[in-house]
Amino acid sequence: MAKSKLPVGRRGFLKGTAAGAAALVASTPMAKAQTPARVATPLPGATQVAAETQPPARVEVYTTDRPGSDFMMDVIKTLNFEYCCANPGSSFRGLHESMVNYGKNKMPELITCCHEESSVAMAHGYAKIEGKPLMVMAHGTVGLQHASMAIYNAFADRVPVYIVLGNILDAQWRRTDVEWAHSVQDAAAMVRDFIKWDDNPVSLGHFAESAVKAYKIAMTPPYEPVVLVADAVLQEEPMPAADRRDARIPKLNLPSAPAGDAGAVQELAKMLVDAENPLILAGRVPRTPNGIKLLVELAETLQAPVQDRHFRMAFPNRHPLYGGGSIANADVILSLEVPDLWMATNAQTPINRMGMQSRRLTKEGAKIATISSMDLFGKANYQDFGRYAEVDLTIAADAEATLPSLIDACRKLITTDRKSAFAERGKKLAEAAKRQRDRDLDAAAFGWDASPVSTARVTMELWNQIQHEDWSLVSETFPFFSGWPLKLWDMNKPYHYIGGHGAYGVGYGAPAAVGAALANKKHGRVTVNIQCDGDLNYAPSVLWTAAHHSIPILNIMHNNRAYHQELMYLTDMAARANRGIDTALIGTGINNPNIDYAMMAKSYGMYSVGPIENPNDVGPAIKKAIEVVKKGEPALVDIVTQPR
Amino acid sequence: MKTFLLTFVFAVALNAQDGNVEKGKKIFLTVGCYECHGTVGQGTVAGARIGPPVLPVVGFLRYVRRPGGAMPAFTDKVLTDQDLTDVYAYLKSVPGVKAVKDIPLLNDLKAK
Repeated sequence: MAKSKLPVGRRGFLKGTAAGAAALVASTPMAKAQTPARVATPLPGATQVAAETQPPARVEVYTTDRPGSDFMMDVIKTLNFEYCCANPGSSFRGLHESMVNYGKNKMPELITCCHEESSVAMAHGYAKIEGKPLMVMAHGTVGLQHASMAIYNAFADRVPVYIVLGNILDAQWRRTDVEWAHSVQDAAAMVRDFIKWDDNPVSLGHFAESAVKAYKIAMTPPYEPVVLVADAVLQEEPMPAADRRDARIPKLNLPSAPAGDAGAVQELAKMLVDAENPLILAGRVPRTPNGIKLLVELAETLQAPVQDRHFRMAFPNRHPLYGGGSIANADVILSLEVPDLWMATNAQTPINRMGMQSRRLTKEGAKIATISSMDLFGKANYQDFGRYAEVDLTIAADAEATLPSLIDACRKLITTDRKSAFAERGKKLAEAAKRQRDRDLDAAAFGWDASPVSTARVTMELWNQIQHEDWSLVSETFPFFSGWPLKLWDMNKPYHYIGGHGAYGVGYGAPAAVGAALANKKHGRVTVNIQCDGDLNYAPSVLWTAAHHSIPILNIMHNNRAYHQELMYLTDMAARANRGIDTALIGTGINNPNIDYAMMAKSYGMYSVGPIENPNDVGPAIKKAIEVVKKGEPALVDIVTQPR
Repeated sequence: MKTFLLTFVFAVALNAQDGNVEKGKKIFLTVGCYECHGTVGQGTVAGARIGPPVLPVVGFLRYVRRPGGAMPAFTDKVLTDQDLTDVYAYLKSVPGVKAVKDIPLLNDLKAK
C-alpha cells in the first residue's frame, strides 16, 4: 500500500473504510448468495463505466510511518519486561500492533489471556518467582474492572505489577458507542485505592518519563502495582515532528532499598542479644534470594526460633530453628515485614451477645520490635493493613536491607557467656523441631487409605515424584491443603514456596500459578500447582493460556467439590442459630453435577487424567503427568480429595 | 458437683443405647462434622483428629455440647444424644491408623 505524503486524520480514514467496507459487503459470496436471482444482467451505469476506465481519483489513505505506539514500545523495551499479558482490547490496539510487529514480539512477548483478572494474577505469580514485574495491558474501563480484584491481591501482597491501560481521552476521537462506553475521564481512579502510583500522560515525552518513573516506584520497597494510561490517540497517530526530534527515554535507576537507622538497629541488637527467649516472626522478608540466607544468618547468630508466616518462602522448613518458640513465652519478639502482627500477638473471642473480647498473647513485660517497609507507605480505604499493633521499637525500613547491619550489630554484642547460652537454647529448639516433625509424620498417616484421598497422601505421592527434581510449588497450601507440603517437603529455595493471594481474593490461584510457571520455564524447573476447585472455576481459561504458550506446569486438583471455607462458615452459622445444620451445602457446594476437571483441561488442549478417587491411583497418575511437564507442556491430574 | 451430675445423666442415658454405625456415618457426613475433621475423622488444619475417638462417649457428647476453640456448639435442638452416640459409633468403627513405619513414603522421611 502506497504511503500518503501527509498523515491524515482518523476521520478521513473512516470515510475511506466506510466506503471500502460497503464495497466489500456487496462483493462477498454471502452477500451474493442473499441477493435475489435476476432475470437479466443490467448494463453498467455511467459511474461504473467511468470508475473502471478512468484513472483512479486521489483518495486519502490512512497510513503512518511512525505511530506513537512505536515510540511507546521503544520506552517499554528499556524496562526489560520478558512478557506482556493481555486480553486484546481496541483501546490499546495500536500498542498491541507495535508490540508484535515493530517490537517483533520479544521483550516483551505477548501472552494471550482470556480474562484481565488472569493477566494481572499471572503477573503476580511471575513476580513472586522472578522478583520483577510483568507488563499487563487492558482496557481502561471494562478491562480494568475485570482486573481490579487481582490488582488488589497484588497490592495486599506487596507485589509489583506494571499495568498499561488503553483509553480515548479526547471525545472527538471516539467513533462508536463502544468507544464511548470504553472511555473514561480518569481511568486509574477505579483502582487508585490499591495501587502505588499512576499517571495519564498527554504526550509521548510525558509517556516516556512516566513509564520509567512508574517502574521505579513499583520496584521501590514496598513493591506495589502501578498504572500507566496509554492514550489511544497518542498510540495511533503519527509521532509529532517535535517529538521525533526531541523526545528521549529517561534512564532508569532503581533506588537502593531503605535500611534501618543505625541507632535503632543497635538498640534492637541489644534487645535480641539480651533476650532469654527471643522469637522471630517472618512475613514478607525476602525480596531477593539473599533474604532467606540473611534470615538464616540472623537466626543462627542468635539461635533464635523463626516462625514463618508463609507469605512466601522466608525460612527453610527443615532448619532446626524453624517453627519453634512461642508467642506466649517470648521475652522479645522481632516482627519482620509481618502485616498481621496484631493478629499474631492477640486472641479474639466473641462473647455471647456482648461483642468481641481480645487479649494479648504475649507475656507480661515482653517487648516487640518491628522492621517493616509498610511503615513507609499506606492507604486508608481498604483495610488490609490490619489492626494497630502496640510495639516497643519500630524501624521503618526494608527488612532484608536492614538484616546485614542487624547481624553485624548482634555479633559485636555477643559475649562468650551469651554464646554458650545461645548454644544451649539452639539445642533445645532443635530437639523440639525433631519432635514436631515426628508428630507431623504420625498425623499424616491418619486417613492414609481414605477415599476421598487425604491431602497428606496426595502431598507425599507428589513429593515422591518431585523430590529429586528442581521443583517449585506455586500455590498456597495453608489452610486449603492443611499445609501438608509446608510440614512434609524439604523447602529451602526461594522458589520452593510463593505463598498466596495477598487479599484472599479467590480466582488468584490458577492464573498466578501459570504466571509463576512462566517465570520458572527458562530455569527448567518442575512447577507444581495444587489447585483448589472453587478457585479454578473463576477463570479456567488460563489452562488454555498455559497450553497455547507451552507453559510447563503440573496442576493437581484439590477437588473437594465445595467452596469449603464458606461451607464451614455456613455450618457454624447454622449451629449458632440452632437450626438446619444439614443445609450448608446450599450455595457452597460445587457438586450435582460434579465438574469433570480432566475433561475441562482436555478441552483447553492440556494433558489430563481423573477424577481419581482411589488413593493407590494417585502416584502413577502424577508420575505420568510429570513426564508431560518435563517435555515442556502443562498437565492436570484431578483428584477427589478430603475437604482439607 | 454440676459436672458430676451431668456425667451421671449422660452415663445413664448412654448405657441405655447403642450407637448405630451406619446412621452415625450418615449424620457425620451430612451435618458438617466431616467439614473440619475429615470424612474418617482423621483431623485437618480446621479440626482435631477424632477418629477413632480417644474420649469416652460421655466426654465426646460433653465436648460437642460445650466445645472449646473454634468449634461451634451443637445443641440437642440440632443433634440429639442418640445422633451423637451414633456418630461416636461410626468414629469407633474407623480403622486404626497405620504406623509410619508401614507407610514407605512417610518412613523414608522419618529416616532423613
